[in-house]
Amino acid sequence: MTESTELKKVQPLTKRDIISTYFRSTFMLGSFNFERMQAIGFCVTMIPAIKRFYHKKEDQAAALKRHLEFFNTTPWPASAIFGVTAAMEQKKAEGGDIDEAAITNVKVGLMGPLAGIGDPIYWGTARPILAALGASLALSGSILGPLLFFFGINIVRMLTRWYGFQVGYRQGTDIVQDVAGNRLKKLTQMASVLGLFVMGSLVSKWTSIKMPLVLVSYHQAGHLITTSLQNILDSLLPGLVALLMTFACMWLLKHKVNAIWIIFGMFAVGIFGYWIGLFGL
Amino acid sequence: MNAMQFILVILVALVCGMASVMDERQFHRPIVACTLIGLVLGDLQTGIILGGQLELIALGWMNVGAAMAPDAALASTVSAIIVIVGHQSIGEGIAIAVPLAAAGQVLTIFVRTIAVFFQHQADHFAATANFRGIEWCHIGALFLQGLRVAIPTGAVAAVAGTSIVSQWLNDIPPVVTHGLQVSGGFIVVVGYAMVINMMRARSLMPFFFIGFILATFVNGMNLVGLGILGACAAVVYVQLNPDFHDSIKAPAAATATGSGSDDDDVLG
Repeated sequence: MTESTELKKVQPLTKRDIISTYFRSTFMLGSFNFERMQAIGFCVTMIPAIKRFYHKKEDQAAALKRHLEFFNTTPWPASAIFGVTAAMEQKKAEGGDIDEAAITNVKVGLMGPLAGIGDPIYWGTARPILAALGASLALSGSILGPLLFFFGINIVRMLTRWYGFQVGYRQGTDIVQDVAGNRLKKLTQMASVLGLFVMGSLVSKWTSIKMPLVLVSYHQAGHLITTSLQNILDSLLPGLVALLMTFACMWLLKHKVNAIWIIFGMFAVGIFGYWIGLFGL
Repeated sequence: MNAMQFILVILVALVCGMASVMDERQFHRPIVACTLIGLVLGDLQTGIILGGQLELIALGWMNVGAAMAPDAALASTVSAIIVIVGHQSIGEGIAIAVPLAAAGQVLTIFVRTIAVFFQHQADHFAATANFRGIEWCHIGALFLQGLRVAIPTGAVAAVAGTSIVSQWLNDIPPVVTHGLQVSGGFIVVVGYAMVINMMRARSLMPFFFIGFILATFVNGMNLVGLGILGACAAVVYVQLNPDFHDSIKAPAAATATGSGSDDDDVLG
């Protein structure tokens, strides 16, 4: 022993390890629980890396333990965190200057920002847009609708997982720079613009509210002329009621009202409104 | 429904239940789940149409952070069975789907609580570096989530074709069924509101209104056209946004109070 900082030779992940990690990552949320959320899924995904880098039982146990800690982020882009974590574990196994806390800190440090990027891109933009497109085809009974949605979203997902891990593993902790940097911020902003734009058009296109309540009716030259609430609303701004309802929902959701209660409330509004003749089919 | 179909329905429900906790392959989305139920029950067409209708309602349902969405999986499988085997209208199917989504949400909360037990079991296995043990904890919790949907779906499938169920569904007064159909027209906005809130981008709201106005007043513009317009707006916005031009970036103090504070929200 010449120096205490001498590095051991550790074999990097093989192609098979990476494929196994990818496969495991696709079951990441399987054991989601209210105590530590995605913790078991994270640990199970890290197992190929742990087995590759550590050979002593106590090292393996320590690694398993630190990956059973609380974890929660957007599932698909989480593969990038798996990559970074694997790279750090490899460095640690080599005897590099990395302690347990550093690995946990990077994991915890990345999961928040990553969810900030992932949620708008995947849940706010990619999935609703593909689902809306698929649903519009499905309404006419076309099998193309479900197929378009299913294959479209899964291609997005698989590419995210596969390349996310590759980038994370190759770049290691440098990715922290990336996550905080401009490129991903740009992508998130673009997704948000597109998502909000499409949401706006959906509010108009895919709501149907009819208000046949007659406000004025009179005879003119032998014809009965009626003006319904709907006529007035249409001449103001068609879709105005849907727009107002959207804002009401946003307000309620912001005040921590469970979505299910809002939906039940809307059922009550629908039934009551139909009963008094405000709404029509 | 014959025995083979019964088994296939339960298998589909199992897969959907597992997919609904994982949010991975999207088998739990109505457009996929209803189509699969339709396929195994021999009425693909109805499954697709019901799936499309329900998908519009569930468009924005998502699990963000610890907040949980209504459960699309149970809603899809059971309502598809009621519509196809129980010979009910699509409207009726949608009306019963929403209470089912609520029930499914309660059940998944229940299973996610039980899964805490698996979490502690996994801790024990970790202490002895028992890889298999941890993997089984993971699979066990996942399987419970599958059963969560498979068992109620199986129960409904067993009775859906009987006259009691159709009698019971026919006994619902028309003012309720029609009222539910009316609400079906605007219940979608809950999902849209979830998406808009999640974006947390107040400064980008003009794009929401532009989309709304274009879709309202430009007749004949379909979703593909609107999507392309939205994508162009996104690219142009980013290109022109001074936040992304280091060379002409305003002083830090100015950006901190401008639109930059919104970005910090999203990323922080």
